[in-house]
Amino acid sequence: MILSKQIGFVGMKRQLRTFAVLGLLAQMLSIPGHIEAQTEASDYGIQEVAEINRLIRQGWSDYEIRPSTAAPDGEWVRRLYLDILGRVPSVDELREFTKDRSPEKRKALVTKLLYDEEYTEQYANNWTTIWTNVLIGRSGGTERDSLINRPGMQKYLRDSLARNKYYNEMVLELVTATGSNTPGTENFNGAVNFMTMKLEEKAAQATAKTSRIFLGLQVQCTQCHNHPFNEWKQQKFWEMNAFFRQTRALRRFETGTRNVSHVELVNESFQGEGLTKNPDKADIYYELRNGITKVAYPVFVDGQTINPSGYVEDVVRRNELGKLMMESRYLDKMLANRMWAHFMGYGFTKPIDDMGPHNPATHPELLDYLGQQIRKKNFDLKQLISWIALSESYALSSRSNSSNESLDDPLLGETPKFSRFYMRQMRAEELYESLITATRALEGRGSYEEQEKLKSRWLGQFVVAFGNDEGEETTSFNGTIPQALMLFNGDLVKKATSSEKGSFLSDLASSELNNTQKINHLFEAAFARKPSMNEVKVANQLLLARKGDLTAALQDIWWAVLNSNEFILNH
Amino acid sequence: MSRSTPTGMSRRHFMSHLTGASAMTMPALAMGNTLLANADDLKRRRKSAILLWMGGGPSTMDIWDLKPGAPTGGPFRPIATSGDAQISEHMPLMAKQMHNMAIIRSMSTREADHGRGRYYMHTGYVPNPNIEHPSYGAVLSHQLNHQRPELEIPPFVTVGGGSVGPGFLGMAWAPFSVNSNGQVRNLQMGLEDQRLYQRMYALDLIESGFINQRRGSAASDHQKILKKTLNLMTSSQMDSFKVASEPEDVKERYGNTNFGRGCLMARRLVEQGVPFIEVGLGGWDNHNNIHATLRDTKLPELDQAMSALTEDLEQRGLLEDTAIIWMGEFSRTPRINGNAGRDHWARSWSVVVGGGGMNGGIAVGETNSDGTRVETEPYTSQDVMASVCKALGISLQTTFTSQNGRPMKIANSGKVIKELFS
Repeated sequence: MILSKQIGFVGMKRQLRTFAVLGLLAQMLSIPGHIEAQTEASDYGIQEVAEINRLIRQGWSDYEIRPSTAAPDGEWVRRLYLDILGRVPSVDELREFTKDRSPEKRKALVTKLLYDEEYTEQYANNWTTIWTNVLIGRSGGTERDSLINRPGMQKYLRDSLARNKYYNEMVLELVTATGSNTPGTENFNGAVNFMTMKLEEKAAQATAKTSRIFLGLQVQCTQCHNHPFNEWKQQKFWEMNAFFRQTRALRRFETGTRNVSHVELVNESFQGEGLTKNPDKADIYYELRNGITKVAYPVFVDGQTINPSGYVEDVVRRNELGKLMMESRYLDKMLANRMWAHFMGYGFTKPIDDMGPHNPATHPELLDYLGQQIRKKNFDLKQLISWIALSESYALSSRSNSSNESLDDPLLGETPKFSRFYMRQMRAEELYESLITATRALEGRGSYEEQEKLKSRWLGQFVVAFGNDEGEETTSFNGTIPQALMLFNGDLVKKATSSEKGSFLSDLASSELNNTQKINHLFEAAFARKPSMNEVKVANQLLLARKGDLTAALQDIWWAVLNSNEFILNH
Repeated sequence: MSRSTPTGMSRRHFMSHLTGASAMTMPALAMGNTLLANADDLKRRRKSAILLWMGGGPSTMDIWDLKPGAPTGGPFRPIATSGDAQISEHMPLMAKQMHNMAIIRSMSTREADHGRGRYYMHTGYVPNPNIEHPSYGAVLSHQLNHQRPELEIPPFVTVGGGSVGPGFLGMAWAPFSVNSNGQVRNLQMGLEDQRLYQRMYALDLIESGFINQRRGSAASDHQKILKKTLNLMTSSQMDSFKVASEPEDVKERYGNTNFGRGCLMARRLVEQGVPFIEVGLGGWDNHNNIHATLRDTKLPELDQAMSALTEDLEQRGLLEDTAIIWMGEFSRTPRINGNAGRDHWARSWSVVVGGGGMNGGIAVGETNSDGTRVETEPYTSQDVMASVCKALGISLQTTFTSQNGRPMKIANSGKVIKELFS
């Protein structure tokens, strides 16, 4: 039965054979690019890049590891777009880069993605997503009656990141913010959304999350007892907590109704918790495990004290906390660790936000150096990104060699030595944006707010809450069956692989390109490389099986490509 | 073209091709697996476990180990049960099922942070930055899966909760997470089978090419998941997720709640042959106003669903081969705080187990008069796990090798709690 159909398409077959040969030729032509990428790592004349390379190399020689070879251009550019802009590069962007022969082209591309106006919005959107998830989680503000206004949080971040506001300024604003949480209301200040939902139960979450996210100090256990493993004592938790006790999140109503219009974060004088109210020295109390009650006043983690008055006219405790945080070395080290982990797949500590003597860093000298340097550069996020993205480690292949295969695989329990690029899954948001880039799946999507709404509805299917007061959550977008099902059959992928008139695939099919170029386009869009011989062969087979219906065959190939490990993994 | 044209490939041929291609040994790839011939015999012997996971850390001294009269005992009264132990007055339906359950009242653990406690109680190990341990569900389904060669759906299902992952056992043993209405999203491709298999053939070729480039286990894990996904999409066993198809009176018995539906789904999945199901009920992190919350919402929901599950399993003759474990990451302070709540507490608390041939109707161990200390031999997460393994016929000598080559004994060398088996 099949044979007879094949005979009917002899003409088609001949055409396909030609196309296979062309595919091979195209592959051979791309080889020079690979060779060029193998040359010795450059520091691009940037002192910080040179120092990163030196300290990482030192680790390799200590462990007698030979690093993986350099990644080819396509792989490097794909990971750079994913990590800076949150999406894969378009075919045009990829080709523009690969055909560039200048030795400084990688530096030029990093600069372009960070500073070119064309990319400002995408940069800001991507990092807004990342920081929103850090600050309020994937579900923060999605529930009814939430004190968080998610669009408000995002607006603050977007505005700040688009202007490349210095990181320390952002932290100061987030920690000290007052005002309304909702855009369009009086006194709007989106930064308040970080804290509006963290003030319940004596601001325990504000204390824990502020310490953890910005300083890398995990104090949450010490709310109730001295920490069993690190040096933080219960006293420290409550002394830190005392900084947040003037803070209130107040519901404001639409005039004359009981409808909440917005939430306002305010500082109010705090009388203290003692029986005899003494706001000049506003105290708080906590209980030791043995039942003894102890008193606490605001003291920063390094022991610095402030005026203990509870009157906001005397001292606004959060403002003092903000100032103290700005001077803390934990602030710059935490930032360096977070950004390093973002680009490299692993931080210098695991988890990245648990730092201190109890959890030694893999590269303490480098962590310290990066923290110091970024502090010197006024906490300019884009500079830090450039240093890491241009480092030798970031440019290594994810393929292992005999020397680092087992010695440098953190999945095998080894500490990361950054002698190769560690593969990781795209985040759900990255997949979403990548599909849109590659296929224009949701073209004409409307405003940022409308797009965010669509995206967050789609993301909602992957959020799993743990059901405790700390709002902990996890994601089922983690390489398991629900994710695979979504990519197999979900609406988003259906749209991305649609063959309807005007869709990406139907346009591609009817374009001027020859068949080879069409297949190449799909592989470059998804993998930033051309297809192998076997892949061209299977494409031909599919075209045959689809009885010469080119759009249908492209649809099958595109579906397979999007569902593959090579697509979903940032490699 | 060549004979390997995917056109016309049968499903059987297709699957065997995939299996051969990746040289993997995954029992779940069970399509047409008739290696173990005597299916009926296996069915008779097959063991399962249901973990009722109480996220947030429930106050066990208000549920299973009451301290009436103690200054911090709270307002709840104990009532008699069908077993020897008394429980809270707000668990009247469970009181009739306690002949099936044992309360381990001398649990004493050290992890009182949600994340750490959840990890420890799910794995028997404290968190370690260099290794991820497999959870209960991954370990037990890994051990029990061979008893059900006909199973086409994932052997580790979690309903309405987060659970803990497969660690070094690999993503193939990750929990399949569904919500309690049992509707699994994105199951339908709307494509004729042959075309699906042709697509899968192309996909497998791309996948294998990438795997062969020595990029590590993430690439090959992905391929295993694809196979499991394909199995599941084409399986009629997916019907076991459809709780809505149960008779009205059965649904009513379990309660019109997410947890109730989850428990009912657990029973259906056990019947289908799924070896491990975790059903999550959150909301136990009661730092404020604990007793009203327990009395009015948490305990009625728990009581109805848990009692219905126990009774239903018993009536269907499944309880003997199905272990039930009720626990959270820790419990709550005997002391009542300034907000009429209780905070985190791990030093003295209770876990409840039953089924799988374990003794019911008893309380094992005890705490002191105000619940602040265990008075008898303290038990740990490892001991509970060891006991469940024994109940399910899994040898405690079973040893896994973690990816860095370290041998890891099942249940982390926990000891069997003798009273459950004498």
